[in-house]
Amino acid sequence: MIDLVGKRNWFFLISAIVIIPGIISLAVFGLRPGVDFSSGTAMTLSFDKEVELSQLRQELTDLGYDQAIVQPSGEGDFFVRLPEMSSEQTTALKDGLQTGLDATLTISSLYTVSPIVAAGTVRNTVIAIVVAGVGILLYISWAFRKMPKPMRWGTCAIIALLHDLIVVIAVFSILGWAAGVEVDALFVTGVLAVVGVSVNNIVVVFDRIRENLKRGVSRDFEVIANYGIIESLGRSLNTGLATLFVIVALYLLGGVTTHTLVLALMIGIATGIYSSLCIAGQLLVVWEKGLSSGKKIATSTV
Amino acid sequence: MKRGSAPLLIFILVLFVFCLWVIWPGNGIFGRNEFTLGLDLKGGSHLVYQIDLSKKDPTQSDSDVIEAVKNKIERRVNAYGVTEPIVQTINNERGSFVLVQLPGVKDVDEAIKLVGQTAELDFREMELDASGNLVFDETGKPKYTAIAKANGSDGQEKELTGKYLKPNAQVVLAQQTNEPEVAFEWNSEGAILFEQITQRNLQKPLGIYLDGEPISWPTVQTVIKEKGVITGLNLEAARTLAIQLNSGSLDVPLTIVERRDIGATLGEDSLKKSLMAGIIGSAMVVLFMIAYYRFSGFVACLALVVFVVLNLAIFKLIPVVLTLPGIAGFIVSIGMGVDGNVLVAERLKEELRRGRTLGAAVEEGFRQSWSAILDANVTVVIACVVLLWLGNTFGNFLVIGFAITLLIGTLLSMFTQVVVTRTFLRTFVGLGIAKSPGAYGVAKQ
Repeated sequence: MIDLVGKRNWFFLISAIVIIPGIISLAVFGLRPGVDFSSGTAMTLSFDKEVELSQLRQELTDLGYDQAIVQPSGEGDFFVRLPEMSSEQTTALKDGLQTGLDATLTISSLYTVSPIVAAGTVRNTVIAIVVAGVGILLYISWAFRKMPKPMRWGTCAIIALLHDLIVVIAVFSILGWAAGVEVDALFVTGVLAVVGVSVNNIVVVFDRIRENLKRGVSRDFEVIANYGIIESLGRSLNTGLATLFVIVALYLLGGVTTHTLVLALMIGIATGIYSSLCIAGQLLVVWEKGLSSGKKIATSTV
Repeated sequence: MKRGSAPLLIFILVLFVFCLWVIWPGNGIFGRNEFTLGLDLKGGSHLVYQIDLSKKDPTQSDSDVIEAVKNKIERRVNAYGVTEPIVQTINNERGSFVLVQLPGVKDVDEAIKLVGQTAELDFREMELDASGNLVFDETGKPKYTAIAKANGSDGQEKELTGKYLKPNAQVVLAQQTNEPEVAFEWNSEGAILFEQITQRNLQKPLGIYLDGEPISWPTVQTVIKEKGVITGLNLEAARTLAIQLNSGSLDVPLTIVERRDIGATLGEDSLKKSLMAGIIGSAMVVLFMIAYYRFSGFVACLALVVFVVLNLAIFKLIPVVLTLPGIAGFIVSIGMGVDGNVLVAERLKEELRRGRTLGAAVEEGFRQSWSAILDANVTVVIACVVLLWLGNTFGNFLVIGFAITLLIGTLLSMFTQVVVTRTFLRTFVGLGIAKSPGAYGVAKQ
């Protein structure tokens, strides 16, 4: 039998390698807020002929929009982020660009949010995260009521859950400054969905460990935990893979609109599989035995 | 065949065939013959206006003002000829807002004006110099002396405004010039006022103002009572004005605070891409389940087909507004929906390895998996409910779209995982199909 618990320090190290730079990135750069949260105007521009990124940047500067953020957005389109624009300003900008670049321009999508709406969105998002957090805590305390030490098991589950969330948020922080990826309301949607899936994975693994504890599979908690994790391996991997198949397909083939949502789900669900198999149960063992239990499980004992 | 599973099997098959019929293009009940597509798939504009209640008439209640604004916007939008518009009000601690969705509008700037303009029409007496000519200010607008007033039927002096118009203004083309004009008609009170005003201003220009901006200043040729025309507009603006005059002016000013335009081609393109992603993703799930779990995987896939068809029928009948994130939520629920089947198939393998007979293993597998399946979905349901609230508070149809389809998918998948998969497995076992443990992914001992 594979020993997933014995290698726990390796797993913790792998997580640390992802999480520590992520936290540094979060502390230094934070997240790049989209129009939803920071107000302003975002638009996708399509031209009827090839336009260079530098040309467009220059033209925007000439029109007085030197603070515009411009990114290519596939198939010759551009994503432009501007301060909040009125309907008249948008029309003027469109006309200015058409004349300046001598090309026909279509604004294929436009999104404008005023500060009052953005502030409301931020506030509601915070409330939603708090409410979801309380809901999940209630669920965890209910799901773990039968566990031998509910507080300890609950805490380990929450640490594993936070692990998944930090990875998702950290990746978005890194992508924020590396690739200009913004977080919007759909990112929050993805993160909250990840919470739902992730908790569930952890509960399934812990449930198996508890069953084995009751059955008295071994005296060694390390063996019991490993046994539980291995028994859940098939389910966790297969359900996770099935979900990832559709999500990867959506990410690669689906539209741009849902990219942040799908990316958050993809990272979160992949991390969730890993943490439920390599982190959550192992944390229980660490709490029981400390970090440096050198004892290995002999394959023959189980 | 296990006792009780035959009626259930028939029920599932009837339900399946019915739902398949429902989702067929053009079919449907309660008049729901097509799927309801969200704005991001149809293309169009999503606008949120803030209602400035500080400017309201103090004798009116907030809710009356908001209701009146909503009704007038609805009238304007309907008259503009938008199909399936949405107008709803949002009240929160930041103020009162009205959300307007206009699928398929081409000229968004004109639509923004149409919906959000106060559209208060009045007539003004103009300032004239010694020789009777108009006086213009530095911006090129003619100067006026006062809003035209006259004595009404009750003897009170009243300003002549758009509220005395009959709601039958229309765009006509002037016979000689072929220029667009808005033809209007006063109600009895308006006619009394207009007669006095035109009388007083004979052979003088009379300014026609919309929200304090002059539209035109024709010279009054004769005394007019009931009817008039407004000139000096292009066709589009004339059309907008006629609609606004008929809906009545808004009691309070609106400011636009959120605008989302989506081009129709972008929506169509995204829909195609997402559907392709869904088909490829689902195909991979099917292949994977059959390759790994063999016969129970195959049964799971049959259950998945039932799940997809039932789910789509629910989308069409409720109807659920399908958005891109909504389709993503549905596709994700297809992936996550195999969870119950995986749990059961794993348990089934364990029970078979322990040497149980197939029939006993099926029953035991379901008995043991049930609590896990139920538990598994609780957390996702919690997340979806919170998201639905979040989406509703700020009218974000994309967030709502995802949460609603994931919620429906999760709840429905519990039904298909347990009832449909179990009934199918019992039926196949009862018929003696796939008897060897190898068919369930159990290696030969």
